[in-house]
Amino acid sequence: MEIFGIPLQAFMSQLMLGLVNGCFYAVLSLGLAVIFGMLNIINFAHGAMYMAGAFFAWMGLTYWGIGYWWSLLLVPLAVGLVGVIIERTMLQWLYQLDHLYGLLLTFGLALMIEGAFRYFYGASGLPYSIPEELGGAINLGFMFLPKYRAWVVAVSLVVCLATWFVIEKTRLGAYLRAATENPRLTQAFGINVPLMVMLTYGFGVALAGLAGVLAAPAYAVSPLMGSNLIIVVFAVVVIGGMGSIMGSIITGLSLGVIEGLTKVFYAEASSTVVFVIMVIVLMIRPAGLFGKEK
Amino acid sequence: MSTPVEYLKVSGLHAFYGESHVLHGMNLVVNRGECVSLLGRNGAGRTTTLRAILGLTGRRTGSIMVNGEEVIAMATHRIARLGIGYCPEERGIYSSLSCEENLLLPPQVGSVGMSLDEIYQMFPNLAERRHSQGTRLSGGEQQMLAMARVLRTGAQLLLLDEISEGLAPVIVQRLAQIIHQLKEKGFTILLVEQNFRFAAPLADRMYVVEHGQVAAEIQQHELEQKREFLQEFLGV
Repeated sequence: MEIFGIPLQAFMSQLMLGLVNGCFYAVLSLGLAVIFGMLNIINFAHGAMYMAGAFFAWMGLTYWGIGYWWSLLLVPLAVGLVGVIIERTMLQWLYQLDHLYGLLLTFGLALMIEGAFRYFYGASGLPYSIPEELGGAINLGFMFLPKYRAWVVAVSLVVCLATWFVIEKTRLGAYLRAATENPRLTQAFGINVPLMVMLTYGFGVALAGLAGVLAAPAYAVSPLMGSNLIIVVFAVVVIGGMGSIMGSIITGLSLGVIEGLTKVFYAEASSTVVFVIMVIVLMIRPAGLFGKEK
Repeated sequence: MSTPVEYLKVSGLHAFYGESHVLHGMNLVVNRGECVSLLGRNGAGRTTTLRAILGLTGRRTGSIMVNGEEVIAMATHRIARLGIGYCPEERGIYSSLSCEENLLLPPQVGSVGMSLDEIYQMFPNLAERRHSQGTRLSGGEQQMLAMARVLRTGAQLLLLDEISEGLAPVIVQRLAQIIHQLKEKGFTILLVEQNFRFAAPLADRMYVVEHGQVAAEIQQHELEQKREFLQEFLGV
């Protein structure tokens, strides 16, 4: 069976691969959106945190024998803690300044973190095996679905939807939205906004750390893995609308799929299709598909 | 008559916005259960006084005692948790929250907060609009929401900034009734008002603010005899 002249098997495999990439885009852009919405910081260090997540998982396994399942829990906590330290020691002084200062600081941090890992581990990728339980594939009849890819999609969707639910439907989320809109007044109501800001940044980068652990068995663990991805993720955030939670989730998943399908139909355009879409969206809706005009 | 208990005492308060020196040694006292109004021209420093009490200005020096506790060096959220409810001049309704989410946002800062049912009894319009986006409410409804929001928290000291501004006379009358009810319930109120006719019958005492400090203090019973002085200061 063929779809538009492409064998179904090949079509579905690329679709699945696109969906997996889309999941990484969604989780990473979600973290960026949460951080930008709340802190007004364009966090260029996000890719470095994603890379650090993958490296922490690799180091845990290599040096201390900490397996994949424990890494899924511990690495986001460790990366989140690094984020909290960065927020307390550096970022908190920049909130009142132009976005550019935060962008420059986090860009510098990204270069430093990436440089440090490159110095110690080299630029070539390090292997991280898929956990035994998630090895192999399931035969769906029309395609073989690798279990690990299905796992990545499932975890990413649960994390994205849970984050959306907490922010949009709970009291804690109402505090976050209020503090995003008017932090001074929210504090005047007795809400500890500085603590919320710190934890939000920690949570945002913990999401990047989680994406890093999920990515470690899927791709090679490399110091460059973050910087390769972050430019696309920023395009996703811009298309979805800066600070929009649902926007980043839907746009991340959709663009991953679009990118995957472009590989099937016109492979030469697959690495640029996201940026072409970004240009078109910016011309039609400068605030992004789900963003609010200011 | 029982001895007045100082609930809020501001002494020698200086406040700055960046390099700009706005309050120049403000002194005032609000006793428990009292309604005190700050009168003055635009830019005299009345709103800044409320903001400085909550730590919402830049640098502050002097002393601010709330219920016997010094708050000049305290973080804003901790000051609010001493039992202060703030109704800002611009109403501070969040567009990203519904009417009811706005209402439920501030945490409890006292033990005698009004329940949602009581709030909706006092402000029936809010019950009808509970699911509407906060900023879709009319100006009067937004003001009611801003008031209701602080009453739910159990705050005993209410800092109300220009609550009658830009509202229809019928809503202003309703607000005056609500302030009367709150006074009867024993709330302590510091009311910043441009609308002298609204504030005068409500306030037990008034401070006239000029150039960031108190220029005069007027008791309710002195209003008639100091009318000329007030006209000169406020142009009423």
